[in-house]
Amino acid sequence: MSISVQHISKSFKKVTAVNDVSFELKEGELFGLIGPDGAGKTTIFRILTTLLFADKGTATVAGFDVIGDYKEIRNNVGYMPGKFSLYQDLTVEENLDFFATIFGTTIEENYELIKDIYVQIEPFKKRRAGALSGGMKQKLALSCALIHKPKVLFLDEPTTGVDPVSRKEFWEMLKRLQQKGITILVSTPYMDEAELCDRIALIQHGKILQIDTPQEIIKHYPKKIYDVKADNMYRLLESLKSFEHHYSVYPFGEFVHYTDKREDFNPQELQQYLATKNHQNIKIEITKTTIEDTFMELAK
Amino acid sequence: MKNNNVIEVENLTKKFGNFTAVNSITFEVKKGEIFGFLGANGAGKTTAMKMLIGISKPTSGKAQVAGFDVFTHPEDIKKNIGYMSQKFALYDDLTVKENITFFGGIYGLSRAKIKEKRNELVEELGLQDIVNELVGSLPLGWKQKISFSIALLHSPTIVFLDEPTGGVDPITRRQFWEMIYKAANNGTTVFVTTHYMDEAEYCDRVSIMVDGKIEALDTPKKLKEKYNADNMNDVFLKLARG
Repeated sequence: MSISVQHISKSFKKVTAVNDVSFELKEGELFGLIGPDGAGKTTIFRILTTLLFADKGTATVAGFDVIGDYKEIRNNVGYMPGKFSLYQDLTVEENLDFFATIFGTTIEENYELIKDIYVQIEPFKKRRAGALSGGMKQKLALSCALIHKPKVLFLDEPTTGVDPVSRKEFWEMLKRLQQKGITILVSTPYMDEAELCDRIALIQHGKILQIDTPQEIIKHYPKKIYDVKADNMYRLLESLKSFEHHYSVYPFGEFVHYTDKREDFNPQELQQYLATKNHQNIKIEITKTTIEDTFMELAK
Repeated sequence: MKNNNVIEVENLTKKFGNFTAVNSITFEVKKGEIFGFLGANGAGKTTAMKMLIGISKPTSGKAQVAGFDVFTHPEDIKKNIGYMSQKFALYDDLTVKENITFFGGIYGLSRAKIKEKRNELVEELGLQDIVNELVGSLPLGWKQKISFSIALLHSPTIVFLDEPTGGVDPITRRQFWEMIYKAANNGTTVFVTTHYMDEAEYCDRVSIMVDGKIEALDTPKKLKEKYNADNMNDVFLKLARG
């Protein structure tokens, strides 16, 4: 196992940030911790990167114990925290050189590993890190986390606040790193990114709701979901919520995802109900379940 | 300014030295509309928004917001709009109640009016149990809902929301959008930025900025047709990737 977490708990004063969490990562796996702000993701990262002690439980990373072997762990992992933590007043090149030196290596020695990412910021290598755009900071931070060729890479919300184009590029980079044999633990509040991981843990309020492959998690969703559409979205939501048999009603892009309490639900009946409420251009169709549907059902 | 336009922008430009952050953008936003203002990081959204809310002077062009000119009457704009920043801006060490009272005072509401608004808000958001809690101790989702309500406290014509749902859990994110729908339904114009493309679908119209320019502006439906895309995420990828 590349990472093993057994019954980890951690509290801060009154708040239980992480509550009896266990999971394991195989070598070379791309594993996602999926959950909103405040779910406990960052606390888990800090425990695994030896920056914080857990109150209870044990954990190993790359075969090393997070308490007894903390120095070995620090040499063998790369960590990109959620908050930009490089030296703002060093240049791009100086930051990278600094991290290489700290880990007793050189940029040249592991250049192959970061090449794909670094070439995109190399034109700005004389610029101070503080003056980079968000997307470029993110690429520099990833380069610095990789420069000592870590066995395990920890990425805490690398794409939060990042636009869809840069997010897509970032995930393509992760896939390439995974192919080089690096184990990756990544956290994200974006549910669509969950589907790009080998396995995921859905997490909220410090508790793991479910762990599995994205495909299996979707398969376990207990209900049929219908896409419902009509001209006035706000009125449609109100009407669906006042329909006595509704189980869940959530806006989902251009549709509303609707589930019914009954097993033998007939969409025709809903169609008629909406028509009596004067909705125009009503459309009801069965649709595919997403991770986000599952998350909302588990988090209810 | 046409009667039912809350924003009118013509060739609005902002330069920082040699760099043109916003390059001659032109658009209008109608009363009661939910207008999505999208773009990649660094495309110029925040700069454009700062000009519209009266805190950054444009280099050239014209813009009116809520009936006031951004060049000559930025102070009037500030009084007549609501603004919610992507960075949480309530006072963590004041209670929910104190924050409401404080911002009500800033906007010049009378004590009686503040009390009335506060009761309304507590009722509507179901804040009864947390009204005397420090805001800093609340979960992010609550904070965002309260920030939005406070941005609406003085019944502004238009409210600007800068990435209001970043990092918020999926259920709260949807509750937040129901609040937006409700505000729009009551006639408040909503100007919103987001990186969640499913949220772009909730907007009446959407503009997409690329390198300082507005490259596309239409209803989500028409944009999807035009770019032959299944959803707004594909539209965005096609446009912003060039």
